[in-house]
Amino acid sequence: MIPKIQVSNLNLYYSTFHALKNINVTLEAKKITAIIGPSGCGKSTLLRVFNRMNDLVDGVKTTGEVFIDGNNILATDTNLVDLRKKVGMVFQRPNPFPLSIYENVIFGLKVHGIKKNLDPVVENSLKAVSLWDGLKDRLKKSALSLTLEEKQRLCIARLIAVKSDIVLMDEPCSSLDPQSTTRIEELMRELKKEYSIVIVTHNMQQAARVSDDTGFMLLGELIEFNKTEVIFTKPHDSRTEGYITGRYG
Amino acid sequence: MRKFKEFIIEKLILLSGLTSIFFVVLIFLFLLKEGLSVFQIVTPCDFLFGKSWYPISEPAQLGILPLMMGSLIITLGATIISVPIGVACAVYIAEVAPSRIKEILKAGIELLAAIPSVVLGFIGMMTLVPWIKNVFHLPTGLTALSGSVMLAFMAMPTIVSIAEDALYSVPKSYKEGALALGATHWQTIYRIIVPAASSGILAAVMLGIGRVIGETMAVMMITGNAAVIPTSILQPVRTLTATIAAEMGEAVVGSEHYFALFAIGIVLFIISFIINVTSDLFLHRERK
Repeated sequence: MIPKIQVSNLNLYYSTFHALKNINVTLEAKKITAIIGPSGCGKSTLLRVFNRMNDLVDGVKTTGEVFIDGNNILATDTNLVDLRKKVGMVFQRPNPFPLSIYENVIFGLKVHGIKKNLDPVVENSLKAVSLWDGLKDRLKKSALSLTLEEKQRLCIARLIAVKSDIVLMDEPCSSLDPQSTTRIEELMRELKKEYSIVIVTHNMQQAARVSDDTGFMLLGELIEFNKTEVIFTKPHDSRTEGYITGRYG
Repeated sequence: MRKFKEFIIEKLILLSGLTSIFFVVLIFLFLLKEGLSVFQIVTPCDFLFGKSWYPISEPAQLGILPLMMGSLIITLGATIISVPIGVACAVYIAEVAPSRIKEILKAGIELLAAIPSVVLGFIGMMTLVPWIKNVFHLPTGLTALSGSVMLAFMAMPTIVSIAEDALYSVPKSYKEGALALGATHWQTIYRIIVPAASSGILAAVMLGIGRVIGETMAVMMITGNAAVIPTSILQPVRTLTATIAAEMGEAVVGSEHYFALFAIGIVLFIISFIINVTSDLFLHRERK
């Protein structure tokens, strides 16, 4: 097993609220790791530690260490631009920019100073998310004209364009219909060959369907982390069992 | 009984709504009636593009081109000064400033909006006008430039507060998306947030310009009021508004001079109307 993200003694406070409590976990490369748990358990917060998006919130204090490919990203000298290029994020609501489809795909490259030879990147990125055939003739159209599913795929294509190697997904299907969800899940399995994916979801079935490993969080603690089939068939902790069998949550 | 009460209240509200429209129509009709009479004396073309404004000479020369040019040059100057500063200020308040400084700045901008224009004019007359006279070695500091600078101060609060609203209404998800792709704060602002807010910012600029064109007191005090076509921003000019304010008192009711001043009012009305409609269009587009 190749450790991709290694979390040790991670604690996070929103001012006085203790949102993440002493998290220790190792996530593997080129796997899909699901984080499940009831609302407010800190799963999105944990995800946002990996690309330091929590820095945007006032009054956040983080202690402990998070290593990505051996570098502690919580160190004060971490270059956030490089980190976020490497660790991409897909949001709950698809958030394409109010620009053309083409401009959306190359946005990341542009901000990283790459301005030449963009056409092949656009083609490859859109092919990777199966949008190319449908959209290749209207790349100049506004991305806001796409369907929700297409928008979400476009947001994934944006990450592929900058060659992220970790993709964080924060409930990526919660605004999509079941068919679109199935297709995005297929896409995730496809992407797993190249990318390490961490997905936060409160859809337990989704976690069971797509992920290799699953972590269960409750009230800021990582209660249990294991192979997905173990979590869903013979969880070791009674709280995990209670959640997956629907006793609460 | 309750139904009756509802009925009365509904009609009262309808009535107050209609009243305001009614008065606007009345004002407009009055303006038209008085103003259009001037075209029995001069052709619309001579009125709009005539180069001299000597309303009390014999025969009266009623060309408002110098006045329109005066308004134009001052508006242009004020726009050039106030738009970059105002938009930058809005970006700073909406995106960059820590919350304490944000509060202080917003209060400051509101204070600026609260200064009566005659006070601004007076301050300009006492400070800016002599300064411009000395710096540029001019015979008088009462110039288009002085007017532009003071009017820029008046346009700024409008521009800042409306542009700031437009920036705030950009969905947070755009910002997060850009930052999560590794864009710096500045790249996020100029590549995503400002373009996304552009129609609101344009509306802010238009309303700021509207404010400048309609302003009377301050320009009358510090622009020198010479009704000549300006060739430089360092010359005295006279605006449409200042002409009405300065001359209405001495124009004989029913004289051609009197009608001409009302016609200037119509011109101003049309200009403000166009500006308001344009900015409304921009604001509407943004909401969509």
